[in-house]
Parts: sequence; structure tokens; C-alpha cells
Amino acid sequence: MVRRLNKKAIVGLSIFFFFVVIAFFAPFLAPYDPNEFVGIPYSRPTSEHILGLDRMGRDILSQLIYGTRLSLIVGLTTGTLMTTISLLIGMTAGYFGGLVDRILSTIIDVFMVIPGLPLMIVIASYIRFRGVVPIILVISFTSWAPGARVIRAQTLTMRNREFILASKITGEKSRRIIFSEIMPNMLSLISSNFFVACLTAIVGEASLEFLGFGDVSAITWGTMLYWAQNSSALLNNSWGWVLAPGIAIATLGASFALLNFSIDELTNPKLRGV
Amino acid sequence: MKYLREKIVFFIIALLSALIINFVLPRLMPGDPAERILLKMGGDIQPEAVEAMRIALGVDKETPILKQFFSYLKNTLTFNFGISYSYYPVPVKDLILDALPWTIGLVGISTLISFVLGTALGIRAGWNRNKPIDSFVTISSLIIRGFPYFWLALILLYVFGFLLNLFPLSNAYSTHEFLKGWKFFGSVIYHGFLPGLTLVLASLGTWILTMRNNMVSVLSEDFILVAEAKGLKDKDIMNKYAARNALLPSVTSFGLSLGYIVGGALLTEIVFSYPGIGYLMYKGVTSQDYPLMQAIFFIISLSVLIANFMLDFVYMFLDPRTRG
Repeated sequence: MVRRLNKKAIVGLSIFFFFVVIAFFAPFLAPYDPNEFVGIPYSRPTSEHILGLDRMGRDILSQLIYGTRLSLIVGLTTGTLMTTISLLIGMTAGYFGGLVDRILSTIIDVFMVIPGLPLMIVIASYIRFRGVVPIILVISFTSWAPGARVIRAQTLTMRNREFILASKITGEKSRRIIFSEIMPNMLSLISSNFFVACLTAIVGEASLEFLGFGDVSAITWGTMLYWAQNSSALLNNSWGWVLAPGIAIATLGASFALLNFSIDELTNPKLRGV
Repeated sequence: MKYLREKIVFFIIALLSALIINFVLPRLMPGDPAERILLKMGGDIQPEAVEAMRIALGVDKETPILKQFFSYLKNTLTFNFGISYSYYPVPVKDLILDALPWTIGLVGISTLISFVLGTALGIRAGWNRNKPIDSFVTISSLIIRGFPYFWLALILLYVFGFLLNLFPLSNAYSTHEFLKGWKFFGSVIYHGFLPGLTLVLASLGTWILTMRNNMVSVLSEDFILVAEAKGLKDKDIMNKYAARNALLPSVTSFGLSLGYIVGGALLTEIVFSYPGIGYLMYKGVTSQDYPLMQAIFFIISLSVLIANFMLDFVYMFLDPRTRG
């Protein structure tokens, strides 16, 4: 059974590291400069340009390779920030209980029900500055609630365990109990939360950039799709331009989903089946 | 009735939060909304014009902020969203009323199909857990769910609309001929097929996975073992014992997803230029039509909140514990 579980995790991890390697060695792997004019715009895929050329005659494969960098950075940063917000709010609510919990839980519930993408769009459209940072902030700010809810529930069950009570009696400070006693005991939950957050981030980033809320001069998978849509790539039969970034996003997303799934199965024996 | 009271209070708090976001955002951002609008309309701007616009928008400096907020509340709650900048002088309310039926029809039908199909597949996958059919269904749901759904829309549009020329590339009904009755209905179905297919495919994975995991969870319970020991037919155990108990969380999610009918198809509508709420919001965004955008955000939030509240209400009848 353990071998089966690991298969999902191994596939997920391999995909993830595959993209990390691509991002790291982009200058060596990309056949052309992603910003350079190298041929006739909207060229179909050929042996020289495997995915064809975009509206300004730039090599799409090279853009895809360079785009991995920013897409990955934004995804991981957003995932980390989102998980941090979920953790802080979830653990505070769960540990302190009482009025603090009531207030924080209400805030969590409000953010759970206010629809995410429309909220992101409304906030992003007011921000004048276009770039990576607003995207990271907007996604983290709007999508932390589901994680916080799960973490709050877990903290709540842990609060009354004996080892926590023991620390309280010996006079440990709350902050120390939360970060050194409770948090290490939720690592699997936190990491599964992190992978879900990264998945949300990757798709959210692509959606916002597709709508033109990103820095459209930067190269990411999302902005590639934005330009493809806005220069009617498909009507010019330039299918590589649309196909490639989408598959890249989906593959990276799937790797996060697989990692989350494998952690779920590890920690919840019921899901393993008989 | 403590339960009901709590739910009503939460509904009001959540609605207020959405309203406050709408009210605060434009005031947080640098620049004067009145000048922004007038600049968009072009030409020389006289100070008097800016002042008049400020008063029209309710953001003039003389009115205290609290008063501004209350008049904003009153207007929004009576569905008086002001006048659209980009479709000047059409009221925002009319634009939304025109777009709403298209979205509700398209997304409503797609949600229903996806729920039924996904749940049925999830039951089969969960029952045959760890067999090839389960792995196949689970893995493919994971993969489909990973695709950004607007990208799925682009690909479907390209393959079926452009390459094979089977379906129209945009709009919700034929715009170059006047159709009536059944012919019009047919044209609506024909135009809605691809966007609908996108929505079904995009959400199918989630329904399958939810149901599959519920099934696997229920199947490890003792009463399933008892049913097997009694020698009941596999089909009966699957449908009458396991699926019935595993269904409740899925039904809950289905109730919640009804709230997303209004706001759940933003990007799909944009790709297919489908004249619904999502496409309208996109047009509002690209032309910086803030009243339109905010009104749509409010409508979307309102529908989610109402669905949420209805579900809580239904639970009150289903679950005796909530009645206290």
C-alpha cells in the first residue's frame, strides 16, 4: 500500500522539480531570446520553432521556458503567503477560543462566502500598478479562508490535549505553545494546505493575467494567454501559442493536486480503502 | 430559534462586508473618481463640471463619509446602481437585467448536468476503489480539474468552432436572422452548447472526486460489512446503502453551487462572448466602468449569500440538532 501512495507523491514531486529545473536553467534551455524577433509573426510550428511564433515573431517555446520562472515564483510566493495568513488566523482563532474565535470565525466565514474571482477582479481593477506584486497580494488576500477554517478546527482539537495542557501549566507563553507545540503537530495538514494554496495561486494568477491585470510586458504563462487571446492567435491557427501555456499551467497544477492527494491518503487511512 | 437567528445575523454581516468592500475600494484608491470619469469622456474639464460630477456620484467633500455610506446603502439595496459610464446613459440595473437570464440559463443547466453526471461517475469510482476504472476516473478528474477552465474554453472554441466549424464562435443566439418560437430556442441551445460543455467539463472533476472520496469513506463503515455479510446484492449495497449515505455532502455542495450560478462563468462567458453577467463585467473592467463592475460584484455576492442562507434554512428541517 505504501508503494502505491508514494507513486502519486513521486509523480507530483517529479513534475514540480522538472519545472524548477526549467526555470533555473532557462537561459541554457531556451533556443532563442524570448523577446527577440526571429521570424514571420504567427508562423506555424516548424522544426526550428517547435511551437511556432507569436504576433511579434518571437519564439513561443522560448517564451514558455522563460515564463516558467515568473509563473513558478508567483505561484510559490502566493502559496506561501496564503498559507501563512491561513495559519496565523486559524491558529489564533482555534487556540484562544471565546470572543477572539467568534470574531475571527465570522471573518473566515465571510471570506468563504464572498465569491473569489469577482472580488479579485474588482480589487485588481482599482489597483493602477500592474505587476507581479499586486497579483500575489490580491490572490492571497482573497483566498486564505478555506485553509484558515481547516487549521482552526485542527487547533481546536489540539488545544485540549494533555501535552498542551501540560505546557500551559508549566507557564509557557501562548506564542511558544502555538508555534512550537501545536504547529509542528499539524505539519501534514499545513503542507497539504500549502499545495492547495499553490494550485489556487497558479490558476488565479493565470486567470487574472488572462484578463490583463498582470504586467503584460512580463513573460509568464498567464500573459502569454492574454496576448494569444488579444491577438486572435487561434483564428490565425497559431494553436501552439494557446495550447502550450495551458498545458504547462495544468501540469504544474496537477503536480500540486497530486501532492495534496498523497498527503491526504497518508493521513486519512479511510481514503486508502481496503 | 437561536440557530436561525445566528444565520440571519451572519447573512447580514456578510452582505454588509460585500457592500463595505464596494464602498471603501474606490475611496481608498488615489485620484478622484469624478475626474477619472470626465477624463475618460475627453475634452476640457471645467472645475464646475468636476464638482457636479462629484455630487452626482455622492463623493463630494461636503457630505460626511457616514452620510455617503448610508445613501450608498439605500441605493444599492433598492437596486439603484446608477448609470453606466460605458453605456451612458443606460442605467446599470437595465444592463444587468438583460444579461442575467442568459447566465442563469447557461450556468444553471450546466451545473445540474455536471452534478448528476459527476456524482454517478464518483459512485462507480468509489465502489471500484483501487481498480483500474477508479484510477482512470480519479486521475483524469485531477487532470481536467487542473486546467484553467478559460483555457479549456479556448481550446473547445478553436477545435469545434473554428477548425470543425460545428458551432458558432460567439453570442447566445443568431444575430443575423430574426427567429421566433422553437427556431429561436434551437439557436439558443446551439449557441450555448460549447460554453455549457466547458462549464460541465470544468466542474465535473470536483463532483467526481467529492463523491468518490465520500463513497470510499462510507464503504469502510461497519454497516456495509453487515450488508455484505447478509449476502445482499452488490448493486443494492452500492446504491441503497453506500451511495445514499455518501450523497449528503455532495448535495450540500450542490446547494452551495447554485449560488455560483450568477458568478460562476465569468471567464467562459468572456471567451465565448456570451452576453451574460460575466461578459458584462469584463466589459465593465476593460472600460473602467466602476458602477457596472460594483453592481455586478454585489449581485454575484448576493446570490451566493442567498443560496448559502437557503441551505442553512433547509438544514434546519433536515438536521434536528440545529433546532436546539
